[in-house]
Formats: sequence, structure tokens, C-alpha cells
Amino acid sequence: MLYLLPVLLVFFSLFFGRYMLDPVSTLGILIVGSANAVLEAISGTLPLLTGQPCDLPMLEQTWESVESTVIFQIRLPRVLGALLVGGGLSVAGASFQGLFKNPLVSPDILGVSSGAGFGAALAILLSGNPLMIQLSAFCFGIIAVVATYSISRVYKTTSTLVLVLSGIVVGALFSAFLSLLKYLADPYDTLPAIVFWLMGSLSAVSNDDIIAVAPPILIAGFCLYAIRWRINLLSVGEEEARALGVDTERMTGVIIVAATVITASAVCISGIIGWVGLVVPHVGRMFVGPDFRRLIPTSALLGASFLLVVDDISRTLTATEIPLGVLTALIGAPFFAYLLTKKKVGWT
Amino acid sequence: MILEVDNASFSYDGITRQFDGITFSLREGEVLSLLGRNGTGKSTLIKCIMNLLRLQNGRVSLNGQDVAGMRPEEIARQIGYVPQVHNTVFPFTALDFVLMGRAPHIATFAVPKEEDYAKADEAFSRIGITHLREKSIAEISGGESQMVMIARALAQEPAMLILDEPTSHLDFGNQMRVITTIDRLAAGGIAVLMSTHFPDHGFMISHSVAVLQGGRMIAYGRAEDVITRENLLTAYGIDVCVRYIEEAGRRVCIPLHTCSCRDGKGDARAPLRQSIGE
Repeated sequence: MLYLLPVLLVFFSLFFGRYMLDPVSTLGILIVGSANAVLEAISGTLPLLTGQPCDLPMLEQTWESVESTVIFQIRLPRVLGALLVGGGLSVAGASFQGLFKNPLVSPDILGVSSGAGFGAALAILLSGNPLMIQLSAFCFGIIAVVATYSISRVYKTTSTLVLVLSGIVVGALFSAFLSLLKYLADPYDTLPAIVFWLMGSLSAVSNDDIIAVAPPILIAGFCLYAIRWRINLLSVGEEEARALGVDTERMTGVIIVAATVITASAVCISGIIGWVGLVVPHVGRMFVGPDFRRLIPTSALLGASFLLVVDDISRTLTATEIPLGVLTALIGAPFFAYLLTKKKVGWT
Repeated sequence: MILEVDNASFSYDGITRQFDGITFSLREGEVLSLLGRNGTGKSTLIKCIMNLLRLQNGRVSLNGQDVAGMRPEEIARQIGYVPQVHNTVFPFTALDFVLMGRAPHIATFAVPKEEDYAKADEAFSRIGITHLREKSIAEISGGESQMVMIARALAQEPAMLILDEPTSHLDFGNQMRVITTIDRLAAGGIAVLMSTHFPDHGFMISHSVAVLQGGRMIAYGRAEDVITRENLLTAYGIDVCVRYIEEAGRRVCIPLHTCSCRDGKGDARAPLRQSIGE
């Protein structure tokens, strides 16, 4: 059931919108369009392999080209972006909650969002080129986490408490830098751009963006999925985990690297999207319990579905887009409050 | 010899020694109790034995192999550890929890298989707590959760159990239940090292007792030889008397204390002395 949810939502999101398409023809466009793309790819590469020219017949196009542009150039990248960002942030958040033995932890606990926000603002001020903004956000996100980790290494351990404290330090530092940049920015031009970026949006996501961020998010997500049972062990405490034979230092490293790659990749195409990484794992826990073996995949599916729905609402509810970061909390908070009163979570 | 600790010493800062010159050994089926006042280094010694902390001097060997050169999972296949307190953040079920004991036998990227579930169930039934299997560990009592911790350690299939003050937080009945369980496991061939605050545990189930004081081992040997008025006075700074109690079939320690609140005159010692026959 849960596995089917994102699939249905993707399909729904593709035909639903200000430019309405009818579901049947959407399905047709999807199937025929992808089939044509595959055929084209085959007829493009086959001659290279065999040395013989190859002309495969293309399937007939029965729709207006604007329809396929809406689907393949505008909605599909946006839908895929919402799935990747929502699923990625949720998995990163769930893993960090296990690693730090704290259900109040979100993926930006080590400063990745603050770093990325500063990086994006810096690029907006200096160049305004979208590619530069993404690259700068990604790099500064990583730099912030590296700084956090280096500070914590002064204590010669990877004690998670020291890590969290250094994360707070680095986060505060980058937030201060960000405020400074906002103060310096042109209030009619670059300042609004910075503010909009910080509120998060998927409206500018292109197919190229998806091709760039999908591999790191999927690979890092798979790493976390592969060690999902070990996260159970880490979540009962560092000393106990080591006594159970877990190489805690290496596991901590793997989780931090994977979650940081996911968050930095997500943030660089979407801007700052709060709430998802904190709350979706809790919703997941209400459904499948605290065992990370089931919580990691559940969080991925729930997070992807949730952000997709929120993004659909953000682009259709009003004539202008509502920033995603605003809507995630606006929709998510009451929903979570409802769940809290309906289902017992089992905290003591 | 399963465990040999040879002239072990440890220091956190390299200057003040937590303990120094500790030597003892443990065979299969043997129970060793560590006595000593709070902060005298019992827990630190236990961490050193599991190589969670590194000794400054001396050597700890498991079945003849130096722990300093062993990987964490190799040590975890030999030693099952039951920590003093467990604070659960996430409300795992007891089954999930006991399954964690299978970690040293499961590859890094793998999850527990059917045989691991079977071993976990075996651990449950060996402790006699199968009824707790599906319960959340956040909801069970302190005594039950201590049993679950012991079951988890058993699921590691260790040659030896280390328990850090296994009865500290338990009520009167649960204390005895845990001690009986440990006794049964030792009779089944597992070596047990436990730290405890109750000298009586030495008489109940221990083959040998070691007393730590000021970072030194002031006594080590049979419980009857080690748990004496003199040693306990040195170790804890209180006066006790040790008596054989026929109904229990063993000796017990009783702290001698003048009670001033009971009769108002400050002489409760006389009736106490009478009742214990001194």
C-alpha cells in the first residue's frame, strides 16, 4: 500500500496543475514518450557498437507538443525533484535521529543548511548564475559539516554530544555570515532573491538538475539503507554498540557522510526545506515502529509522497507559487498535531 | 583459562592511575565478583577488559589472545556485556533488542536472518522471559529490562558474561531473580565477571572475589577468605560482621550500626548484637 502511494501521486501530479491534462492522455504521453526516448537512444548507440546503421521506427505522436513539453520539461523534473528531496531529507533525518540517539534531531544538526544558505547567498550576491548558486550552496554545505567534524575531533573522539555542540557553533557562525550578506545585499534585487531561496522552492528544477543530484542522493540513500540495522545498534548508545562489536567510529563516519551528501544535494536544488527531515521519521515511527530496518524505507516513501503533495499544492493553490518551506510547516504541523493526538508514539 | 588480566593499570590523563597492578583470571563456569567502593575503578576495569578503553600497562587476554589486537566483533563474540543502566530513546521491542546481540555474527551490510531470530528466541527461553518478546522495552519494568539485557548478551553466544552492578536498580525480589539467573548460566559453563555492591553476592554465587580499594586490589581469592571484617573495613570504611546462617546455608555480611533514631537513647547496638549472637 505504502509502496503504491508515491507511484499514484507521481501520476496524479503529472496531469494535475494550472495546465490541466486528461489522465488517460497523460499516461499515453508518458508511455509513448518514454518508449520513443528509449528507441531513439538505441538507434543512436547501436550503430556505434555494431558499425551498422540502424533506423528504428518511432511511435506516432498523437498529442500537441505543448502537452509533452509540460510533462517532460516542466512537471516531470519537478515531480522527481520533490521525490528525491523529500525522500532524501527524511532518510537523512531518520539516520541522524538514530545516530544522535535523539528524536529531535533534523538533517541540518551539523550545520549543512546554514552553510548551504550562506553559500547560496554569496553566489547570489557575486554572480546570480543559477548553476553557481547550486554549486556554491552544495560546497558550503559540505564545508560546514567538515568544519563541525574537525572541531569535534579536537576531543579525539567522535562523541555525538561534542559533534552536536560543534554543529551548533558552526551553524551559528554561518547564520551570522548569512545575516551579514543579507544586510549588504541590494534590498530591491539580491535581497529578495536570497530570501526566496531560503524559503525553498522546486519551481526552477530542470532535467539537468535532476541528472546532477539524483546519483549522489540515490547512492548515499542506498548506503544508509544498507546499514539500516546497524543504526538500530548505534541508537542504543556508543558504548553498548561497541560492546556489541560495532565499529562505531566508522559507522558514525558513514552516516555523517551519507546524510550530508543527501542534504547538501537536496538543498542545492530546492533551497532550505525544513520540517520534512524532522517530522517524517516520526510519522514513519507511528506506522512501523522504531526499528530502522523498516523505518528507513518507510521514511523515504512517506517523505517523497509528502513533499510531492505539498509541492502540488504550492504550485496550484494560488496564482503565484507559495514557497515550499512555508507550506511544509503550514500543512505538516497540523497534520502532525493530529497524528500526535490520534496515535501513541510510545515515548516515555 | 577464558580471561586473564595481568598487571593491568589504567589512567585517563597519564598522571593519576585509576587502578594499578591488577591481576586475576577466570575459567569457564566460574563467577568472579568485583567489590569496592564507588569510583574505585570497577567500571573502568570492565571497560578495559572489553578494550573500550586501552590499558596503560599490562595485558588482558581472552582465550590466550591479547584484546588490544582484537577487532570489536571478535571481542563481542567472546564477551557479552550487560551495562549498569540502559536509557532507551527509541521504544524497540524486546525482540529487536535481543536481536542486537547477534551483531558480532552478522556482516556489516546484512540484517538478521532466520537463524538469528532462532538464536534470539533461544536466549529468551533460556532466561525464561519469552512472554516479553513482543513488548516494548520502554514499557517493561526495571527487573524485566535487566533480564532482556542479559538475554541480549546471551544472544551473542559468548564464552563469558560481564555484568556491571546487575542488581543495583532492582527491588528485593528481582535482585534474587537476577542472581539466580546468573548462577544458572554459570552452571551451564559460562564464565561470569560481575561488579557488585553487595558482599553477600560473593557468598551466594562467586567462586572468587576481588576487592578493589584506591586503585589497588587489596584482596583476591575464595569468598570465605576475602570477605572478612578487616577487608570490608578497608574497602568501605564501615564495620561489619560476617556470620554463617544455617537457614541460608552460607555466610552473610551485616553492617554494624548504632541506631539512634529507634529508641532515642542511641543504644540500639545491644539488641542488635544479641540478635546476631555477638
